[in-house]
This record gives sequence, structure tokens and C-alpha cells, in this order.
Amino acid sequence: MFGLNQKDKSTLIVVAALTLLAPFILNPFPEGSALAQFNAGYPDLMQRFVIFGIFAIGFNILFGLTGYLSFGHAAFLGVGSYSAVWMFKLVGMNVLPAITLSVIVAGLFALLIGFVSLRRSGIYFSILTLAFAQMSFNLAYSVLTPITNGETGLQLTLNDPRVLGQSATADGSIPVTNLLPGLEMRSTYVLDAGPWLFQFNLGYYLCALLLLVAFYVSIRIFRSPFGMMLRAVKSNQQRMNYTGLNTRPYTLAAFVISGMYAGLAGGLMASMDPLAGAERMQWTASGEVVLMTILGGAGTLIGPVLGAGFIKYFENIFSKINDNVLHGWFAILPDGIEDFLVFVVHPFIGKGWHLTLGILFMLVVIYLPGGLVEGGQRIGKYFKRGSDDAQSNDASTKPAE
Amino acid sequence: MSNSNFTRRGALKAGALAGAGLSLPTLLRADGGYMNAPTGSSVTLGFNVPQTGPYADEGADELRAFELAVEHLNGGGDGGMMNTFSSKELTGNGILGKKVEYVTGDTQTKSDAARASAKSMIEKDGAVMISGGSSSGVAVAVQGLCQEAGIIFMAGLTHSNDTTGKDKKANGFRHFFNGYMSAAALAPVLKNLYGTDRNAYHLTADYTWGWTQEESIAAATEAMGWNTVNKVRTPLAATDFSSYIAPVLNSGADVLVLNHYGGNMVNSLTNAVQFGLRDKMVNGKNFEIVVPLYSRLMAKGAGANVKGIHGSTNWHWSLQDDASKAFVKSFGTKYGFPPSQAAHTCYVQTLLYADAAQRAGTFNPCGIVEALEGFEFDGLGNGPTLYRADDHQCFKDVLVVRGKENPTSEFDLLEVVEVTPRAQVEYAPDHPMFAGGALGSCNPGA
Amino acid sequence: MDAILLQILNGLDKGSAYALIALGLTLIFGTLGVVNFAHGALFMIGAFCAVTVQRIFNISFETIDPSQKDFLGNPLKVKTTYLEHWFGPEMGGSIIDWSVPLAILFAIPVMVAVGFIMERGLIKHFYKRPHADQILVTFGLAIVLQEIIKYFYGANPIPTGAPEVFRGSFDFGVLIGFDPNAIIYPYWRLVYFGFAALIISSVFAFLQFTTFGMVVRAGMADRETVGLLGININKRFTIMFGIAAAVAGLAGVMYAPINSPNYHMGMDFLVLSFVVVVVGGMGSLPGAVLAGFLLGVLESFASMNEIKSILPGIDQIIIYVVAIIILLTRPRGLMGRKGVMEE
Repeated sequence: MFGLNQKDKSTLIVVAALTLLAPFILNPFPEGSALAQFNAGYPDLMQRFVIFGIFAIGFNILFGLTGYLSFGHAAFLGVGSYSAVWMFKLVGMNVLPAITLSVIVAGLFALLIGFVSLRRSGIYFSILTLAFAQMSFNLAYSVLTPITNGETGLQLTLNDPRVLGQSATADGSIPVTNLLPGLEMRSTYVLDAGPWLFQFNLGYYLCALLLLVAFYVSIRIFRSPFGMMLRAVKSNQQRMNYTGLNTRPYTLAAFVISGMYAGLAGGLMASMDPLAGAERMQWTASGEVVLMTILGGAGTLIGPVLGAGFIKYFENIFSKINDNVLHGWFAILPDGIEDFLVFVVHPFIGKGWHLTLGILFMLVVIYLPGGLVEGGQRIGKYFKRGSDDAQSNDASTKPAE
Repeated sequence: MSNSNFTRRGALKAGALAGAGLSLPTLLRADGGYMNAPTGSSVTLGFNVPQTGPYADEGADELRAFELAVEHLNGGGDGGMMNTFSSKELTGNGILGKKVEYVTGDTQTKSDAARASAKSMIEKDGAVMISGGSSSGVAVAVQGLCQEAGIIFMAGLTHSNDTTGKDKKANGFRHFFNGYMSAAALAPVLKNLYGTDRNAYHLTADYTWGWTQEESIAAATEAMGWNTVNKVRTPLAATDFSSYIAPVLNSGADVLVLNHYGGNMVNSLTNAVQFGLRDKMVNGKNFEIVVPLYSRLMAKGAGANVKGIHGSTNWHWSLQDDASKAFVKSFGTKYGFPPSQAAHTCYVQTLLYADAAQRAGTFNPCGIVEALEGFEFDGLGNGPTLYRADDHQCFKDVLVVRGKENPTSEFDLLEVVEVTPRAQVEYAPDHPMFAGGALGSCNPGA
Repeated sequence: MDAILLQILNGLDKGSAYALIALGLTLIFGTLGVVNFAHGALFMIGAFCAVTVQRIFNISFETIDPSQKDFLGNPLKVKTTYLEHWFGPEMGGSIIDWSVPLAILFAIPVMVAVGFIMERGLIKHFYKRPHADQILVTFGLAIVLQEIIKYFYGANPIPTGAPEVFRGSFDFGVLIGFDPNAIIYPYWRLVYFGFAALIISSVFAFLQFTTFGMVVRAGMADRETVGLLGININKRFTIMFGIAAAVAGLAGVMYAPINSPNYHMGMDFLVLSFVVVVVGGMGSLPGAVLAGFLLGVLESFASMNEIKSILPGIDQIIIYVVAIIILLTRPRGLMGRKGVMEE
């Protein structure tokens, strides 16, 4: 099926199952229970998981295969978002042309930056990409404000022309993004199953579908002769050059492809929430995708998606826990113990979510050199030891290398 | 708190029953005619403040104020400004008989993160109102989101003209003052202090808030006869302003206006004082520095450098009216130090929302909008105040303050020089600095 | 002319901070081959050493003054520092006034200890790991360090003044025949410049003229051979890490009066210091210093109004424009060595 081998096919199926059933998987705790705080199955966060998953998959095509560490990938995501929002402002609220334009513009931008930056390798390459991205960010924040709306971020207004749509709806609101007229990105179907609530959002499923396509394309790239060539660049570029082969077109192609993935992610972000903030292009955002990829497991197929989910989960769930919530959790305990536990946990939640994330970064990289994927493998091995040894590899968590 | 989701569950359940088909055109959680209508015995408010990044301390203070406001609304504590508030609808029995619950989030002072956090409050926690924030970019972004989602946004600290100017929204309300009001309040004071024959040099943070403030201050000072020598934009990310300060003294200017906020202001003021600008004589006059927007936390960061420097604030804890005294007492007793202006505006916004819901008899955003538009009130620390219907901006007295020469404690950094009356800072809704936007119509999300 | 002289002076001063941070970063890059994203955090900890010393000097006891009221209307508690109590207001006051220079004495052992603990406890396990892992672990460490500082000191900047005698500014213009006020520069920034020059030259002298430095330089060039000669290079590398941490920390201590320290000041400098190091060329100490001063001066020029009016926003991007131009014309930066972090 799809020209994949058995192992990759099962990986794809696992990813498909995980993304399509995410509304169930991410909402394991009944509503109203103390643990409901940890539920992540609401549209915005699910969309973010998937969008950053796409971003990280794309980044991994460059970094995982060629070893070129770009520190400016957020610029492509930002450019993609701006293109999409401009489409919504000028043309209409349909997301498909907007996303297409994002991918194209990001690809062209990547071509330009990649062409210049790939003249150098190693850390010199990283700093060149960082410099381009920081320039984009700084300019977008200040002198390019007419195009980017600066600090506030580019947003829709009631005065936008929207030549193929309407400037304002009949009741005087800004129209919302849609797939087809009537199929709005924000439409959500709520399934009520006993104490559980599951939300199925149209926008999320569009993102999820595109993630599966993106994931499939990335598997094909990893397994193709082109992917082989990129890995050869990583292991020894000099030797490649000595054989008379010019590696630049290959690395440039990888750079542009990963830039287009970033553009797709940016376009999707704007489609789910039509606002493009300049800080999407800041170095911290570029650094975030680097962290996602390394954390999940660079060079593995599924690692970057896991890393993206991990970081976004902490950002959105841990930052919302406050002392009040803690007191709720520990309310059944005697007062003294309750206060003590709240005191102990307090630095790690709410405003301290950065601290928790920093500690987890260190723990993962110290104990799981291959990232989260290695953690999965170890668990897999542990269970296999218990069961039958004859069963060979656990496909879902096997790194590509 | 842990059971806050109960309230939304009912709404969700009803919504789910209503829409058994796939992909209905509108959000399904709009039972009762509006978004996130509370059906249980409690109502959830969302407090979205910066908890990480440079404004984390300001965010923490806002959060304290929110907690205090919720406590008072639910009948706890000493009631604070609920006792002095001119509207007597609130009785300490929650809002419309429902207990007030709240959720918190981190804006990180980034538009994207702030919107993500606000969305989770709307989608996951079922919040009916979102408040807080400490930058105009975030306020405008979250205000836009709330308009689209059908939620009320009660802005926290946001000072840009745009929030209730070109980016105003029907579902958004701002109690805090703005750049124009700062300028209108400061200009007469500066005229009395420094005369009409002055040359001003502006250093401005290079983003939208900085620009609107620069425009406002330049216009107000030029109107009283000052000459603007130069307006220099500084990168927001700048930490060292020496290369921008160094040329000031040689430019013929005798007043430096710092259109900076937060860390930018702390550093640019520290640098300016370092360069000895305040000890210099130019054109036969003492060189002066003006910081149009002051906050106590910034004054704390700049330390002794603020002494004798004038600026404006929305509110200050040393005010002696009954409302301010009640608020300071109640906040100070609970937390051990006086509240900041950010805390004050957030507390007031929460009470105003609660009161509007009480008067409207519903949490429906359109009902709230109607109740708040043109609402006149008093007893919340700023004297008689109007929530203007045309742009959802509060009009009230503005304080001109000065860095105190001999502070008696670490909080006693500013002293109120003048309370500029409301009439002096009012402007027409179609004033050119605020033109270009439209409120649109209120959106209940259904 | 005076404007240009002023910006050169200012650029050199800015550059001295960049050069100091880049120097420490290059020591770690060059000697240990580790990409240290926590270097900015070391700079920040240095600045908070100054804050801490100031806090210690200001430890005080309270006496109640019934004639004054605090904000809640209770009798005011007046604080008197122990230093002033013990040594009298005169002497005690001047000790507090000199807290930043005195903090150097406190910062050196603290920073060396932090460096040792970091290297022995964490970094040494990452010498053989890919650079990507080093980035992740040091970035995680940087976050943890700054969150710890934030937990104890808050997010607001903390004013940390220079001694009274160094406040105010010096009029250079008068010395060389310009009008008064044409070229003025703060005393403390001049002190910073001199201090940076002193530290930079001591590090160079140490590496150049001591046996220890010779071994370290040999180790930078060829670690294996030095190891084969029976020299315990690891121990020396630990010491180098301690020195690099101390250099970053001292840069931070002296920077505290220039801008009030806050917990994320390290992150603000991090990207910039990497750009400086790479523009200088990987593995080259003189390159890092040169690039620091060069970028400092160019940044100052770019913020001149005359230049900004021709190229709006140039001051926002000048550092990156220069970095791109230099890296495209000189493949290994200004003075980089072949083969260092090019793979």
C-alpha cells in the first residue's frame, strides 16, 4: 500500500490512528474530575499539536537527514502565516488558496535564504539562517508594519476588500475561515459520552489530514534515493564532493522542502486563527522547533511529532494550573499536608512552567540520548522481554536510521 | 476550582443534543443564545496575564487583584471597593446568584501565546469573560479573538490609542487610560514646570504603542509652543540605549521624552541619568526628562533614577479617596504591600463586568455591552467615570506623578502632583488619532 | 565629527561587553568543543552576584517610628542597615555604595564554583555527544538557572547603582577642543571599558605565558596527542571552564550598574554572543574579541540619526547584516580555524 514497506506502513497507520482518534485519546479524564485539568482534547490545542508536528516533520527532513542545523526556520512559518492572512484580507475566507499561497511563498523565501546560507556548513550555516530570520523578525516588528501590522500582528478588519467574499457578514462581523461555504474551520461537534465530553473540530481534521499527507511524504523522502543522498551528505560531505558529485542541489532541495513544510504549518495556523504575530519568526520560535526535533529524536520519523506535542502540552496545560487548582487536588488531605504539597508543587506550575520544561529537557537528553523515541523503544523492549522474544521489532517507535 | 467544568458541561450537553449532525455551521457550545452560557451554579471567568517574560511581576500583581475581586464578589474578605462602588447591585452573592470561578493562563506577552491561552479558556474551560494583559499588542489580539468567539474582553493594562481606536471591538472594553490622555494631562503640568519655550527630543520604542504615544505627546507639547527637535525610534529588543542617548545633549534639545515602557523604560532612563543629562544646562535651562507612562514596578526597576521625573499613571495607591483607601486596605491586608495600577485596573474591570451582568440580568455579551455602554459610575478610585458607548473607553481623571525624592518605603516611589480632571482629557470619538476602525456589532457567539 | 567620535567611543564600550562574553564562550567552544547555550545565564548569574552583595549589605533591622505611618495607616517600620548601625552612617553608607566593585570578590569564587559544578556534573558527559544534544541540555540548564533566579528575585529589573564617585559623566570634548557637552561619556562605562581590557589581556597573557596556558592551547589544537603525552587534559579543561564562567560572571557584575539586572538578561545576550563568536571565527580568541568590538562600533554607527534617516530600521538589523556579509566573504569568519565545527 502507498509504496511503503511493512514497517513504515504500520508506522503510518499508528500515526493515522493517533491523529484521527486524538479527541478521544487526549481527553481521557471525565469532565469535572480533578484530573480534567490535564485533558488536552480541545480544538485549539489539538490543532497546535498537529500544526507544530508538521513544522517539526519538515524541519527534520533538513536536520535529521542532512545534519544542517537551521536556526531560522520560524521565518518560513511566519512568512506562511502572513501570506495566508493577506489572502483572507484581499481575496476571501476560503483556506485552500491561502494555504497554497503560504506553501509557495515560504518555498520561494526558503529558496532565497537557502541559496545563500548553504554556501557555508556547520555552525556558520546555523548563524547565517539565524541572521536572516532575526532580520525578518526585527523588520516585521518595526519598519515593515504596513505589511505585518507589527507588534499586534496582522489581523482581519471589517474594511478588508475580500474581492471573492464579503467584507463583513450581514450582522456586522468579520467572516470566519472556511473550507467550503458553510464549512467553517471552527465548527465543532460535541460528543457527550457519559461523564466524558469529546470535541470534533473541522479545522482540526483538516490539519490532521494534512499532517498525514506530510508524514507520508516525509516517509517517502526518507526511503527515496534522494533521502539516501541527503544522508550521505550528513555522514561525509567531503567524500561526496570528491566523487565529483555536487551536493548543493540536494541540500538546497531539502532546505526548500522543509521551508515549504514550515509554510504549510504557518498557513494552517492562520487558517485556524486568522492572526499572524511577528514573534512567530523570533529566534526563540526557531529554537523551539530545534528543541522539538531533538527532544523527540532527530532523524527518526515520528520523533519530531512527539517532541512538538510534548512542548506544546506543557506550554498550554501546565501554565494554566494555579494554586487554586492545586488546593482543589489536595483538598482531601489534612490541611498541613495539603499546604505542604501545594508549597512543593507551586514553583513548577503556572508561572513556573518554564522551569518544569527546562528540567524535562535536561532529563530527557541525559537519560534518553535518542530522544523520546528512545524512551518508547526502551519501554517496548521491556515489555517484549516479558512476552515472546521471537517477536522482532516494534515498528511504531523504531527510528528511521 | 477543580469543579469549574461542571458549569460548562451542562452547556456542552445541551449543545450536543441540539446538534446531532456532523459539522454544523456554528459553534455548538452556544446554548441559551450565547457562547458558554453558564447553566450550573457557577460562572467561569478567564484571567489571562503574563506569567513568564519581562512583565511577569506585573502579571502576578494583576492575578492577585483578580483573586481579590473574585473573593469579594463571592462575599469573602472585606468587600473592598464593592462598598464604595456607586452601583449597589453586587451583594457578595456571586454574579446573578452564581458563584464566581476563574481560570488563569500565561500570555507570555506574545500575541500568539495570549490567543492560544484565551482560546483554551473559551474552548476548554467555558469562560464567559476574559480579562488581563499588560501590553497593547496582546490586548488588541485577544480583543479580536473575543469578538470572533462571542466573549466579553475586559482589557487589563493597555495604553495604546489603538485599543479603543482603530482596533476597537464591540465585545471589548478598556478601563485603563491611553496615550492621548497621558499627553493631555501632562502637557499643562509640563508647561507650568518648564515653560513654553522648550525643545523636545523623543526616544520611542519602535512598535505601535510607542508610535501612538509619541504622536500624542508631540501633538500636545507642540500645541503649547514646544519645538520637537527629533523623534528617534529605538528597537524594542534594545537593552543598551547609550548610542541613542549619547547624541541627545548635542542636538540642541533641552527635554528628553522617553516613550518606552517596562524594561525599555527602565534601561533608557537609567542610561540617560548615567550620561548625566539631568545635571546639564542647555539653552540656559535645566535639562529635563519626561516619562509619559509610569508604573510603580518600572519606577522600582529604575531605582533612584526616577527621582523628580514626571509622568502619568492611571491610578496610584496613595490617593486618599474612600474607594482607593478601601482597595489599598483590602489588597494590602491580604498581600502585605500596596497594589499597582495594573492590579487596580484589573480589579475594577472585574467588578464592572460583574455589575454589568447583574444589571443586565444575563451573561449574554450583547446584554453586557448594552449595560456597559454609556455607564456612569463612581467610587472605584478614579472619581466619576464614563464608559463611552462610541468606543468603549473609560473617561476619568488622570494622575500626573513625579518620582519621589525621599521615599519612606520600597513602594513609596511616586507622588501625585496633579489630578487632571476628566474634562481636560476627553476627545471626540472621531479624533484623527483614533480613526480608522469600527466597533462592529456585539457578537454573542451564536 | 564630534558625533562620530562619540559613537566610536560608545561602540568600543558596547563592544567591550560583547567581547567579554564572546571570549568566555570561545574558551568553551575552542577548548572543549561544547556549544554552551547556558553561557548567557552565567553572565546573568554574575550580575545577580552584584545584586546579592547589595542585598546582603542592605540587611537591616526595623525600628518602629510612631510619628510616621505606612500605607495601611500602621506605624511606620524604619529600616536601618546593620552596616550603618555597626560602622556609623558614614562608613557603612560608603560600604553599601561600593557594593558593586566589592561584589567582584564575591563573584570570582562563586562563578568558578558554578563553572566547576557545571562541567563536572553535566558538561563532561556531553563531550562525545552530538552538538544538538549539547544545545538541548545547555538550553534546558539555562532555563532552569534563570527560573531559579526569577523565583528568588522576581522578574522586575533590580537597580544596582555604581559607587557615587562614578556616577555622572566625563566631558571628553573639552579635552580635545570641542564645545562643552559635545562628547560626554559616563564614568562607569569608562570603568567598564578599562575593566574589560584588563580581563581580556589577563586571559591572553595567561594562555600565552604560562605552562598551563601552553598545554591548554596545545589541547585546543590537538587533544589526542596531548593526551597521549600523558598530560591530564581533562583536569585542565575543567579549570578552563571555571575561568570561562568567571569571565562571563565578572562581565555581568560590572554590567549591573549599566542596566538594572533582570532574570532574562542572559537570553538577551545569548544570540548576540553567538553571532559575535561565529563572526570572529570558531576557535579563535582574538577573533572573538575583534568581532565584539567591530560589531559594537558598527551597531553604534547604525543608530546615528543621519544613517537611520537614509536606511530606516538599519539599527535593528545591522548586526545580522554584518554577520552575513562577513560569513559570505570570509568562510570561517574573521580569524576562524579550519575544521572547527564545520561538519
